[in-house]
Amino acid sequence: MSNKIVLGYDDSEAAKSALAFAVSLAKAQGAELVIAHVLEWSPYSFLTPEEIEQRHKRREEELKRAEDALLAPVRKSLEDDGVTVSTELQYGHIAETLIDVIKKSGASHLIIGRTGHSALSSRLFGSVAGSLAQAAPVPVTIVP
Amino acid sequence: MRKSIKAAALSAPLLLAATAPAMAQSVDERVNELFASSTGWFVNLIFSPFPGTSFPWIVAWLVIAATVFTLYFGLIQFRAFPHSISLVKGDYSDPNDAGEVSHFQALATALSGTVGLGNIAGVAVAVGIGGPGATFWMILAGLMGMASKFTECTLGVKYRNEFEDGHVSGGPMYYMTKGFAERGLPMGKFLAVLFSVFCILGAFGGGNMFQANQAHAQISGVVGDYPGWITGVVFAAVVFAVIVGGLKSIARVTEKVVPFMGVMYVAAALVILGMNADKIGWAFGEIFNGAFTGAGVAGGMVGALIQGFKRAAFSNEAGVGSAAIAHSAVKTKEPITEGFVSLLEPFIDTVVICTMTALVIIITGQLIQDPNTGLYLLDEGASTIQTVDGNKGVALTSAAFSSAFSWFQYVLALAVILFAFSTMISWSYYGLKAWTFLFGEGQTTELVFKVIFCIFVVIGAAANLGPVIDFSDAAIFAMAVVNIIALYFLMPIVKKELNSYMARLKSGEIKKYS
Repeated sequence: MSNKIVLGYDDSEAAKSALAFAVSLAKAQGAELVIAHVLEWSPYSFLTPEEIEQRHKRREEELKRAEDALLAPVRKSLEDDGVTVSTELQYGHIAETLIDVIKKSGASHLIIGRTGHSALSSRLFGSVAGSLAQAAPVPVTIVP
Repeated sequence: MRKSIKAAALSAPLLLAATAPAMAQSVDERVNELFASSTGWFVNLIFSPFPGTSFPWIVAWLVIAATVFTLYFGLIQFRAFPHSISLVKGDYSDPNDAGEVSHFQALATALSGTVGLGNIAGVAVAVGIGGPGATFWMILAGLMGMASKFTECTLGVKYRNEFEDGHVSGGPMYYMTKGFAERGLPMGKFLAVLFSVFCILGAFGGGNMFQANQAHAQISGVVGDYPGWITGVVFAAVVFAVIVGGLKSIARVTEKVVPFMGVMYVAAALVILGMNADKIGWAFGEIFNGAFTGAGVAGGMVGALIQGFKRAAFSNEAGVGSAAIAHSAVKTKEPITEGFVSLLEPFIDTVVICTMTALVIIITGQLIQDPNTGLYLLDEGASTIQTVDGNKGVALTSAAFSSAFSWFQYVLALAVILFAFSTMISWSYYGLKAWTFLFGEGQTTELVFKVIFCIFVVIGAAANLGPVIDFSDAAIFAMAVVNIIALYFLMPIVKKELNSYMARLKSGEIKKYS
């Protein structure tokens, strides 16, 4: 059994609590932490011609922003803290993409924060945490 | 008259109410007159028939081109159809490219530019003049047009521009300049300039005035007659807010609603066909008979053929070059894949959606037949078929759908407005690309184009159907004249791409992900 933990991470408060929990767990188990951030994206959405023209540029900007503002600072502080850490930055459906990351990294545990979408959209479409709890191939810890 | 003056003297508000519509009506008339007189020569040039016949050379030009591409690429529209669907589904998309424009998105955006009033109003015009037989030629033109679209969109992607700041754009003007230079051919720049001029006119015509005009016809059909310039000003204001004000939210909502409208339109048509299932065989009989005998329609069989081909080309824009602009921003390592995807467009637009409109008009009995001979009765001018209530254009389609569901006219009015709007947004983009090719990129030059574009929305809504539809057709077909010349010279490049891709697909070098 591999000793990797995937953490689904964004800029929400719940994600920060999840990070703290994941770090303590990783330290206790001597596990490696994979911090994954998913930029929500569907190849079946609709764009205007201008958006199509700008898409490649925007994508580069979005990737850079996520890396610089979100992932790089966390990676740096965890490395300084002595935790073995790697990051994953991908576009896609959030739950599906996190499952892909788990499979690819061979992790044995997923940790996520509970909030994300508004109450209404969660009711209509189900929350990310809810669908991961049902569909993830490994044990999931949902941090409030 | 005297009575009304008396009344007006008694009541000032009454006077205002009486004169305002009269004034407005005369604005409409003046716009119409000016418009017809200033564009007539251009329309005549494009639609002049072969000497001694009534067959416009431009129709032959499109048919021959579609036939040449169909044969040259070995019936590519049928051979590559399954692979095209596979590409749109994303079977061949590298997951690492997620976040870039997908094939589906490029197709959906290009479709929302072409699925529009051509499918609703244009088809009604075709069967209103050419009879049910026009449908047959329209479907044939749609199937053949798939090869033209394949050719132009492959080239559009191959010779697109990737700018330093990361934005991507292209279109026929760029394959004309770069492609011709690559093959050592002269005149590329000249063709590109000519194409751009026509593209700007097309953006003002079919991509704008025709849309505004028919949207007004539809709205006034539902709420009662009122001056066209009012619709024009409202539309222009919203278009202005989007293309100049950068109000992306409106555009985004439209782009999301339009596909659902399209699906709903086809679903409603299918329900009506289902309700009249016993007449479907008869309707196809009328279509085939009309296609080859042209019995009792204006212009006979040739009339049916001309109408079918004209409206198909106007609706799906195959060979026109506009789709090459829409598709060129997609992220793909293989330009040919975008060609494959684009060939689905004329299929969805013409073979599916236009055919639905035509069938509903025919099956609901909108075209009046002589009860004894079964021939279609012509109206007084002998130029169109008599219809129930004398409807033409979008009103004919509306009447056909409403005869099954009376509330459908409201849904259709909404669909027409949204289709018109999304087509305008798409064409404002195509026109802008041509404009910046001629005058260079820059905020001021772009603003000038956008403002002129909005002015034409008002003109289009205020003018009569006849002159607007003529000019719209002429401008769009003029683009096809230049574009198809370029396609003939550049088609060996597409062939090379096709052969290389097919070989790699067969050898397994190009394979599905997951």
